[in-house]
Amino acid sequence: MEKPAILLGSEAVAHGVKLCRPQVISAYPITPQTHIIETLSEMVDSGELKSQYIKVESEMSAIAAVLGSVSAGSRSFTASSSQGLAMMHEILHWYAGARLPLVLVNANRALGGPWNIWSDQSDSFSQRDTGWLQIYCETSQEALDTIIMAYKASEQLMLPIMVMIDGFILSHTMERLMIPTPKMVDDFLPPYKAPYQLDPENPLTFGAGAHPDLFYELKKAYSETMTEALTLIDQCQAEFAQKFNRHYDVIMHCQEGDKDSDTAVICCGAMTGTARVASEMLNENGTSVDLFKLRLLRPFPKTALITALKNKKRVIVLNRACSYGVGGTLSQEIRTALYDLPEHPIVNDVMISLGGKEVFPETIVKIVNDREQLSATEPNWL
Amino acid sequence: MQEIRFHGRGGQGAVIASKILAKALFFEDRYAQAFPTFGAERRGAPVAAFVRADDSFINIRSRVITPDFVVVMAARLIESVPVTGGLKSDGIILINSDLPATEFNFAGDDQPQTKPPFQVITINLNRIALEFGLGTEMMPLINAPVLGALAKVSGLVKPESLVRALPDFIPARLEDNEKALYAAYEKAGN
Repeated sequence: MEKPAILLGSEAVAHGVKLCRPQVISAYPITPQTHIIETLSEMVDSGELKSQYIKVESEMSAIAAVLGSVSAGSRSFTASSSQGLAMMHEILHWYAGARLPLVLVNANRALGGPWNIWSDQSDSFSQRDTGWLQIYCETSQEALDTIIMAYKASEQLMLPIMVMIDGFILSHTMERLMIPTPKMVDDFLPPYKAPYQLDPENPLTFGAGAHPDLFYELKKAYSETMTEALTLIDQCQAEFAQKFNRHYDVIMHCQEGDKDSDTAVICCGAMTGTARVASEMLNENGTSVDLFKLRLLRPFPKTALITALKNKKRVIVLNRACSYGVGGTLSQEIRTALYDLPEHPIVNDVMISLGGKEVFPETIVKIVNDREQLSATEPNWL
Repeated sequence: MQEIRFHGRGGQGAVIASKILAKALFFEDRYAQAFPTFGAERRGAPVAAFVRADDSFINIRSRVITPDFVVVMAARLIESVPVTGGLKSDGIILINSDLPATEFNFAGDDQPQTKPPFQVITINLNRIALEFGLGTEMMPLINAPVLGALAKVSGLVKPESLVRALPDFIPARLEDNEKALYAAYEKAGN
C-alpha cells in the first residue's frame, strides 16, 4: 500500500530517487536544488539508502562523476539548477553522445545576470539541443512518479533524461502526495543491467573518436532513437498507470472547455496548477478555454500536440523561458509543430514570467480575457 | 479553502510554524500546502509564510493575497508591512503583543474612526515562550505557542495534531514547546 505524506517538492524528489536505488549519487549544492542532495545525503547517512555519495567540487564534476559511474554499469543520480546546469553543458552533450542512461533533476531557476535565484525555465530550455530527454512536472507527486518512470525509460533507451521541477514554487512547497512502497517500484523498475560497461576483465574503448561519416551516421541514429522514444515513453506511462493508478501523458488535457471552445492555453511545469484555477474562473464567467500542459519537451511530441490543438482557433502559450530576439521558447516549439496543419491556429506568445515574477490566476484570466489585443506575431510582454 | 499568512522576522520561525501547521492539517486528513516568501532568509528581515488548507488537492501556487487568518509574530512589523492586506472581512488577525487589541487600529487613514471589519486578537507569546525557557529575552522562540494561539482563535486544527507534528521540525526541548503550545491555546482569545 502506498503511504500518504506531506513533503517539500525537493524531499519528494529525494524519496523518488531513493525508491529507484541509485548506486552512485554525485552532489554539488545550488539553490534551489540543495534540499534534494541534502535529503539524499541524510538517507545515505542513516543507511536507508545504500548508495555511494560523492561530494564533488563543481557541477561539471557532478555530471562527469556520473558519466564515469554509469559507464561502469551503476545506476546513478545527480541534480542541479541554473548556473550549475549551464556549467554542465559541455558534458551534457557528451553524456548523450555516449548513449548512457541517467536521471538528472533540475530545479528550474533563472540564469544571471542580474543575479536571481527564482523560478525560470531558461536554464533547462537552454539545454534543449544536448540530446537529453526533458520532462516538466506540475506537482511533487508528478515529480516523484516521473523519476521512477524516467529511470525505466532511460535505461531501456540508453538515453539520459532531465526531470524538471520549478525552483521554489515546487522545490520549497510542502504538499501532500502518495509514496509508493519499495516493492511496487522494484516490480516496475528492474535493476540496471548495462549492455556494455567499463570492466578490466573485458576491455572496451569508451569515448572514442568518430570520423565524419561515422559521426553523421551515429547522430542520425541518435535522432531516430529520440523519435522512437515517444512510443516507449507512452508505454512506460501506461505501465505506470496500470501499476500505480496515476496516469501521465506527454501532453495532458488539464481542463476541458465547452464543445465549441476555440481557445487553448498551454504551459509547462508548476504554473499549470495556477492555470487550472484560472481556467475554472474563466469557465465560470462564460469564457470557455481548454488547458493543456506539456510534460515532454524532448523528444517533442508533435503528433500528440497537433491532435490536442488542431480544432483550436487560438493557442495562448504561457512562457517561463525566453530566446531573446525571438520570444518565448515554448511558443517557438508549439508554432513549429503546428506549421504542419493546413490551417494553423493563431499562436499568442505570452512572456508571463521570468526570474520568479509571480503568476496569479488573475494574471492568466486577464491575458485570456484580453486575447483579442494580443499580438499574433510578436512576443507579448505583460 | 482556508488561507493563512504568517508575518515574522527572519529567524523567528514563521516558516517552521507554517510547516508544522501544514503537517498537523495533514494528520487530520486534510490537504495542506505551505511555502515561504522565497529568498529573504536574512535574520531580522520581514518574512512571510503561507498555508492553505482544503479537502482536496490545492492547485493554486501563487502567494496568499486574501487570507482568512493573519498571524503577526512581531508586532512592530505592522509599522512597515501591510499585514492586513487582503484580510477577509470575517477574518482574524492574531498579533504577538502585550498590548490590548484595542491599541491596534487598522482603520484607513481617510476614515480613522472606522473600525475594521476583521477581528483583532492579541496575545503575549514572548512571555509564554520565556515562561517555558524557549529562547532568550532578545529572541524568544514562539513558533510552538503561536500555533497554539492560532488553533484556538481559528478552530483550524486541533492542538493535539500540532503537538504530533512538532517533533519533525523542533529538534530540542520538545516537552517545553508542547507545554507552551497548550498554554497559548488556553490563553488565546480570552
